[in-house]
Amino acid sequence: MILAVLLGFIFAIGTPLWRRILFKTFPYLYSAVPVLLFIYFVSKLPEINGSNFLIETNSWIPQLGIDLNFRLDGLSMLFSLMITGIGSLVFIYTSYYLKGHNYLDRFYAYLSMFMASMLGVVLSDNLITLFIFWELTSISSFFLIGFNNEEESSRKSALTALGITGLGGLFMLVAFIWIGAISGTYSLTEMMSQPEVLKNSSAYFWIIILIFIGAFTKSAQFPFHFWLPGAMKAPTPVSTYLHSATMVKAGIFLLARFTPILGDSPEWNWTLTIIGAVTMTYAAVHSLFRTDLKSILAYSTISALGILVFLIGLGTEGALLAAALFILTHALYKAALFLITGIIDHETGTREILQLSGLKTKMMPVAIAGYIAALSSAGLPFLLGFLSKEAMYDATLQLPTAAGLLTFLVVLTKICLLVAGLWAGFKPFSGKISEASISAKMPSPKLWIPTILLGCLSLAFGIFPGLIDKTLILPVLNSIAGYEADTYLAIWHGFNLALGLSILTLVLGTLLFIYWKPSPGKIKAIERYASLSPENLVNVLGKGFQAFAEKWTSFFQNGYLRNYVITILLFLSIMVGYRLFSGVVIYLDWNQISEITTSEFVVVFLMVTSIFFVVFSKSRTAAIVALGVIGFSNCLFFLYYSAPDLAMTQFSIDTLTVLLFMLVLFKLPLNKTFSSVPIRIRDAVISLFFGALIAILALEVFEESSIREVSDYYADNAYILAKGRNVVNVILVDFRGFDTMVETAVLVIAAIGVFSLMYLNLNPEKKD
Amino acid sequence: MELLLIFIIGLLHASGIYMLLRRSMFKMIIGLILLGNGVNMLIFLLGKLTKGHPPVIEDGAKIFTEIYADPLPQALILTAIVIGFGLQSFAIILIKRVYQVLKTDDLDELNSTDEEI
Repeated sequence: MILAVLLGFIFAIGTPLWRRILFKTFPYLYSAVPVLLFIYFVSKLPEINGSNFLIETNSWIPQLGIDLNFRLDGLSMLFSLMITGIGSLVFIYTSYYLKGHNYLDRFYAYLSMFMASMLGVVLSDNLITLFIFWELTSISSFFLIGFNNEEESSRKSALTALGITGLGGLFMLVAFIWIGAISGTYSLTEMMSQPEVLKNSSAYFWIIILIFIGAFTKSAQFPFHFWLPGAMKAPTPVSTYLHSATMVKAGIFLLARFTPILGDSPEWNWTLTIIGAVTMTYAAVHSLFRTDLKSILAYSTISALGILVFLIGLGTEGALLAAALFILTHALYKAALFLITGIIDHETGTREILQLSGLKTKMMPVAIAGYIAALSSAGLPFLLGFLSKEAMYDATLQLPTAAGLLTFLVVLTKICLLVAGLWAGFKPFSGKISEASISAKMPSPKLWIPTILLGCLSLAFGIFPGLIDKTLILPVLNSIAGYEADTYLAIWHGFNLALGLSILTLVLGTLLFIYWKPSPGKIKAIERYASLSPENLVNVLGKGFQAFAEKWTSFFQNGYLRNYVITILLFLSIMVGYRLFSGVVIYLDWNQISEITTSEFVVVFLMVTSIFFVVFSKSRTAAIVALGVIGFSNCLFFLYYSAPDLAMTQFSIDTLTVLLFMLVLFKLPLNKTFSSVPIRIRDAVISLFFGALIAILALEVFEESSIREVSDYYADNAYILAKGRNVVNVILVDFRGFDTMVETAVLVIAAIGVFSLMYLNLNPEKKD
Repeated sequence: MELLLIFIIGLLHASGIYMLLRRSMFKMIIGLILLGNGVNMLIFLLGKLTKGHPPVIEDGAKIFTEIYADPLPQALILTAIVIGFGLQSFAIILIKRVYQVLKTDDLDELNSTDEEI
């Protein structure tokens, strides 16, 4: 199984290597990857009956409990089949749809990477691995949605999708780590054997909230749904793949996966039911107002996802059965509708349903596929849609609480979805041929065969439910419910309330389809409320955050050196100052203080005067001379307090500095004052504060008894080991000789810098 | 005496920072030098002051027989003075060069990197 999961990645990574040879000669080879995988999963189907499952263990990072273990049970089987099956159709379809596109090979690389990530998500038994694959689907879908990277709206949608799903993923990671910490394992199989550990833990509530955020962002649940319509900017094959069977269903998969582990508690059930119900009705009503085919499909997809969340939330056996059926139903008809939309777009150049009609004369096979898909979404008998709709109505009708209200909502949603399905699959093909449709030609078989295949499956499963009920749907139900369920699917359940509701749905939906026409005016009417939509709120928030970041950056990173210095100093002063003023007591030991002699006092006086002179002097020459005086007074201090070497060095260096200053001085401009008085006062306050802080710090440290261990070592060994009597010199050239050598190198570099700056001629025409 | 030195250290730091915050490059270098002096003095003071006993072993003796000034801070300061000189001379030449090319001493006029030289 590990090969099956990684095949897509290997293929994607290798694309640059073999695209020249393979791609030119055998362009269909790309489609071989999903087809082979599909055959592989079908061949495993007999092993997954009842509640059996296959598990494959591969060690990866055992120290952290992360491994590449894969678990193939009913649920992951259903998803794997959809991912590889619809993937195969999409791969074939793309070979014609994007024929001649410059980056077709790149597109296939993204697509196979995405497919592999999706397989990873549904097959992983380890939570951390699942998370990694989950994020990989976000990343590869980012590239797919933004495939038309020259369009700004495309890039923006890709970024929105990545932002929303990636953010949700991070929340999910927190939940996963939490789960791992509580249950002591990252393995789903082990968790399923001891569900009560998590359910009884105090963090249960927070864990499910975090998981919900991850699932809702991925599966476009209200209020995170808005990335999905935007993602329709992607080329149609991408929309087909991402939105019918894979990406958006990953959230559903996650919820279904965790149902046996975390489900069946009031928090779990009610949150999912409410969010699902809101999403399904909100999006279903929205879909009625769209005139762009892809928008209609986008909103009806959101609504379908809402239904799935809602059904998982109900949690009864009937509801889970309906969910399992609907996952398959929806994948089949929605993929077909998307592919058909792509064909219409490809052939007529428009997706506006108001301009499309009568295409059946031009493309009969596509029209047939469209009719089947539309009727399956409508839930007509003998189609898979009928079975799932009956199951849904059965499930809501049998609920112990609020059955009436919830059934009403489901019926309402189904009516809207029926209308949306008819608009997308029926309207473009029937009626008189419209202007936009006249130029359309019969598409290549590579485009329409996939749509017909999907339609046939809907039909076959609808007429002979026995094909899937024991082999596929029952294992799915078992793995979602976590116990052995027993069910059978039949077309005819006898006359009951569910059948009545079905008929009601059909009648009302057909009436609505005939009398309700979406129009630009109606779109405008609901766009007035757009400012309240979550999408708009997120945009406002995003813009606000960006503005804040800009202000923040331009405040701190303003390009003025002194402002950086001020920021650093203030931060330092406040941090250190706070510590100093809260708790440290200054204690002065007068015995340690030596007395002041007259000569010392004179030097101190000289120094203080010079400092003030340097700061306030208007004349540069005077300032430099005063600087020299400061240096020489410093030198005298060194001399007083037993540091003859320092005094000598300071003396020569100071002389040199003053000389250097004087040499370049005549080249410098006049001493100007640039800053205004308030700024100078501000700077003065800051610097005085900092000076005071340093003085207090010095006092504090001075009072501490010093440790002279290192000094004593040097002093004791200066003569014995290094044969030198001047300890300072011995330290510099012997004990720390290497440091001094490197220091000399620094000086040499500085000298080279000075030299080259003096002789550097930036303007060759003008000689210095 | 130590208290006076501490006062001077604080003053050197304050004036150094104040000059560092000026817009004129010339004043900035002065600030740098003042700050360097202040730091040297700080290190020196923290090594404890000792009068009349330089860390030089007397002729004939192999080790110190009486008290001596701490040699370690002195070695540090010596290094600091020399390195400081390297920095100062480079900075002085640099502002000279900047002024020659751009005809300004004002740091705020150096914000843009796009100007033609």
